[in-house]
Amino acid sequence: MNPEPILKVRDVSKAFGGIMALSRVSFDVFKGEVLGIIGPNGSGKTTLVNCITGFIKKSSGQVLFHGKDISRRPAHRIADMGVARTFQVMRPYYSLPAYKNLVIPLFSPRAKRTGGWRGGGKLGDRNTVGIDILEEIGFERDSFVPYKMASNLPTGYLKRLELARCLALNPEVIFCDEIFSGLSMSEISSMVPLIERLQMDGITLVMIEHRLRELFRVADRVMVLNFGEKLMEGSAEEIMANEEVKRAYFGSENIEELVGNVSG
Amino acid sequence: MDAGERRKERIDRGIKVRSDSLYALMSWRELAYLSVPRLVFIVGMLLLPLILPDMYWQRVVSIVCIYALLALSFDFLAHFAGLVSLGGAFFVGTGGYLAAVLNTSFGLPPLVTIPLATLFGAAICTLLLLPCLPLKGVYFAIVSLMYPLFSMRLIEALDILGGTDGIIGIDSFPNPWIEQYTVIGVMLFFLFAARRLVNMDIGLVFRGIKDNDQAIRASGMNITHYKAMAVFIASAMGAMGGACLVHIYMWSGISQFALDFSILPIAATVIGGGGTLVGPVLGCLILVPISELLRDFGTLRIVFYSLILVGFIVFRSEGIMVYGQRKYHQFERWTRI
Repeated sequence: MNPEPILKVRDVSKAFGGIMALSRVSFDVFKGEVLGIIGPNGSGKTTLVNCITGFIKKSSGQVLFHGKDISRRPAHRIADMGVARTFQVMRPYYSLPAYKNLVIPLFSPRAKRTGGWRGGGKLGDRNTVGIDILEEIGFERDSFVPYKMASNLPTGYLKRLELARCLALNPEVIFCDEIFSGLSMSEISSMVPLIERLQMDGITLVMIEHRLRELFRVADRVMVLNFGEKLMEGSAEEIMANEEVKRAYFGSENIEELVGNVSG
Repeated sequence: MDAGERRKERIDRGIKVRSDSLYALMSWRELAYLSVPRLVFIVGMLLLPLILPDMYWQRVVSIVCIYALLALSFDFLAHFAGLVSLGGAFFVGTGGYLAAVLNTSFGLPPLVTIPLATLFGAAICTLLLLPCLPLKGVYFAIVSLMYPLFSMRLIEALDILGGTDGIIGIDSFPNPWIEQYTVIGVMLFFLFAARRLVNMDIGLVFRGIKDNDQAIRASGMNITHYKAMAVFIASAMGAMGGACLVHIYMWSGISQFALDFSILPIAATVIGGGGTLVGPVLGCLILVPISELLRDFGTLRIVFYSLILVGFIVFRSEGIMVYGQRKYHQFERWTRI
């Protein structure tokens, strides 16, 4: 693994009034890895993503992307540098068909510069590129699905559309905020190879998840948050073995029951 | 017949589906299906000054077109950029006063002042509205309402730009025909340009801001930049309307900032059907002449006017254009469940 991290998060804190949503969270993200972030409800996972991607202002701390301080940049500048994100509450453009949802990010300066995902530096017709990306991500090309209104798409496709919106930017890092939640087992099983394919393309993924069994299958490392503080980070096995994590997150001893057998 | 067993279903007409695709170019019927409604509207608008009997009604047509520009501007901002603006009067006033000053102080003819007032008026409006662009929904509406009121008081209190008397002695158009066809042409141009714009890729970005501005930010685009562009386009329409108006009345006064210019276009959008762009124009074609006809009733005018508005809202709340499009593109039938 590359020793120099692509993204360094240093002592990020966020206070909402008197409540410390995040206190001094630090971690590194290495190029090409899948980092999982887990934690009980309200532990600050989404707030952390919002702080890093510039959607809310952090109270203190630093975020370095390729060694450059991006702490004070606005959200669109950070996205333009190649740090994309999905939203936990899915936010497609409901009044547009699925493929037109991708025409919008393909219109962005970064997509024009990079040509979009697998664009090779040259952006073709935005409608065609949009449909290409949708096909890559699991929309059946010859069906009506890419042409359906986003408001008529089922949850599984909307989650993929969220990811596709990020991919249109040809990002280096994607923060996935619970892209497995609300999906059926079979939908998740078809998402897992997709995640692996993105990783093979050299995209770094930070995944916030509640679905631990599936997360542990794809994540190289996992970080645990609790009450806005970083509890620990390590491999899936280390996380499951840790007593503190068990108490904080699972509240019980039967972690194997929740997670299943990871190796199997 | 109990309602549980049957329901109405709406199905797209075959010709609508065929004319959606490239096949439309291969048959005159599909071509006609697409082009006849547009042609009827364009030719109708162009013939209107020739058909109408007297100067009075020809003047009404000019006023209709100016209100139509404002309604178009409101509909574009509200339904395609997500900014509900009550500042239509501010656009009119800025464009109007600019044209008036350019004409009286610099001696420029109307056909030069109108384009200049449009460009610079739009630039001024956009700059002044820039601080409000992060606001959304009703908050933007309230703040944008402040602008015309503020301008009116400013001119009154400081006694600038002619104060309460306004600026007089503004040149009229060279002749009534040029006046008529300038405003009609400008209105038709902006209508079809706006329709084209909202379906272009940049138009999709505007619509994306309305649907979900956070996703636009997450896509690396500056929403304030695009909102400012939308405001520039909309205020250009308003300013152009205002500039035409002062040359028609040969007078520019604080009544240009009157709320009629903010409110009537909204009523027209409601009647015509928001989000269709043509609808608001049709709404003005109905509302402005009605308001003229009702002049005979004196102060009762506003009562009848309100009744007509309420009637439209209760019985055709979707708007004429939305209703018309549905009837044109789809047929309905009862089916047994």
